[in-house]
Formats: sequence, structure tokens, C-alpha cells
Amino acid sequence: MANNLVALDSVFHALSDVTRRAVIQRLGEGPASVSELAAPFAMGLPSFMKHVGVLEDAGLIRTSKSGRVRTCVLERKQLASAERWFEQQRALWKSRYENLDSLLAQLNGEPDET
Amino acid sequence: MKPELQFDFVLDKANSNITVRRQFAAKRQLVWDCHTKQELLDQWFAPKPLTTKTKHMEFREGGYWHYAMVTPEGQAFWNRLDYQTIKPIDAYSAFDGFCDESGIVNPQLPRARWEVAFTDVQARTLVTTVVQYASPDDVQKAVDMGLKDGLASTLERLDELLETMASAGKRI
Repeated sequence: MANNLVALDSVFHALSDVTRRAVIQRLGEGPASVSELAAPFAMGLPSFMKHVGVLEDAGLIRTSKSGRVRTCVLERKQLASAERWFEQQRALWKSRYENLDSLLAQLNGEPDET
Repeated sequence: MKPELQFDFVLDKANSNITVRRQFAAKRQLVWDCHTKQELLDQWFAPKPLTTKTKHMEFREGGYWHYAMVTPEGQAFWNRLDYQTIKPIDAYSAFDGFCDESGIVNPQLPRARWEVAFTDVQARTLVTTVVQYASPDDVQKAVDMGLKDGLASTLERLDELLETMASAGKRI
């Protein structure tokens, strides 16, 4: 369980950055080379490679080098782990019900405490 | 201080279902109304920062609720709930589904059956929702879909989810 939480932490850290999210979304369409992935971003290749490294360390992507081309592939297993989905579902219901608490307090004529 | 309200969220992998239990500090009739009336549902159903927009609501057996959860940027995720059985103010059941703006359900995605029960617990109301998938395979499809087609929406909300998870974690 503890290991699992650590793994989730690194996944969430990896996905907390807009560039890395864009890379994940692009890889959702299929494998791509690092230069293809870097093209839309106004940053140098070394900076971009750091993002790739974070994603790889979190197990969200896998990379392999063939000649001078490094290709990235989405690790669907990690990204689509049932645990992650479960946490998202849980967060969704939690947030939804907190909204309902506020609404019920309003309807009951109580001051909204949130 | 607001009293702590019970919240359980349990995945039963073997039986392909999720059970959500939550208490609310309100009378059962009011909690029921909030689940079954469009003008009230629109005020709470989508998780923050999304908002709920109803296109069609007919709360009767055989009727359905067609709604969208809309991001602050205006992106809409359409869903529908097809009501099967209704026993005011004790319980209702329905099939959920991902659909488009016209209400046509995506047949490639599994639909889960929701059993929602409302019970009195002293002055409070306990809402128990069982989200039942047909098979472990359907659960896997929902997982894959949630993180692929739903990826954009999920990731947009991620920072918020992180906070939610962090605060949930502290309590454990």
C-alpha cells in the first residue's frame, strides 16, 4: 500500500506540469520521437529531455533509442491503472457531495459554512 | 465546526462494483429532491470546478436525465442516466452512459447500473450508491476510457484532485 502511494505520488507529480500533460496526450495517439514531441514547445532540447525523464521515471512512458532517434511510447498500464481511476472516481464523488452539503445548508436556511 | 459526515468509497473488484456511502445533514425528502429535480441537480452534480448543465430531465421510470459537466473553458462532457425503478423517497435505479450532445449513448462503452438508496440515520440522511458493472471486463473498459477519452478533462482537474487527495490522505 505504501509503495503504491509512492508510485501514485510520482505519477501525479509527473502530470502536474502542462508540458508533460501535453506529451502524454500526444502519446495517447501513438508513439512519437522526442524531436516530434518537442516541436510544439518553445524550449531547448535539454529542458525538454528533463520532462521526458520525469515521465519515464514515473513509469508513464517508455523510451528506446534506435540510431539517433529516441522514440517514446505511452505506458498505458501505469497510466490506466485501476488504482488511479479509482482515486479519480473517489475525488469526483467527494467533490460532488461537498457541493451537495453546501446546497443542502442553503436550502435549510443555514449559513454556508464552506 | 461542521460535524464529520461519513464518506465511504469501496471498490469490490471481484463483484465489479463500487459502493459510495455518504451522510448528509438534512432530511431525507430534501436530499431526495436534490437527487431528482433538475434545478437542484444543476447546482451540485458536477465536481468543482466543473458545472452541470441539463438538456433533458424526466424523472420517471423509463425517463432519463441528459446532462453535461462543463469545464470552465466551456468543454462539455455529456452523460445520461436512464431511470429504471423509482420508489420515492427510498430508492431509485438507473443506467449511466457516456453520450453526445444529442443524447446518443456511445455503444462501445460499458453502462453501469446505479442503485441509489436513501435512509434515515437519526436526523441525517444516508445515501448509498452502488455502481454495478456487468463484468470485470466492463470495469477495465471504464478504466481505459476514463484515462483515454476522458484524459483531457481528468488532467485539467488534476491539480484540484491532488488537493482533494492530499486532504483525504491526511485524514487517514
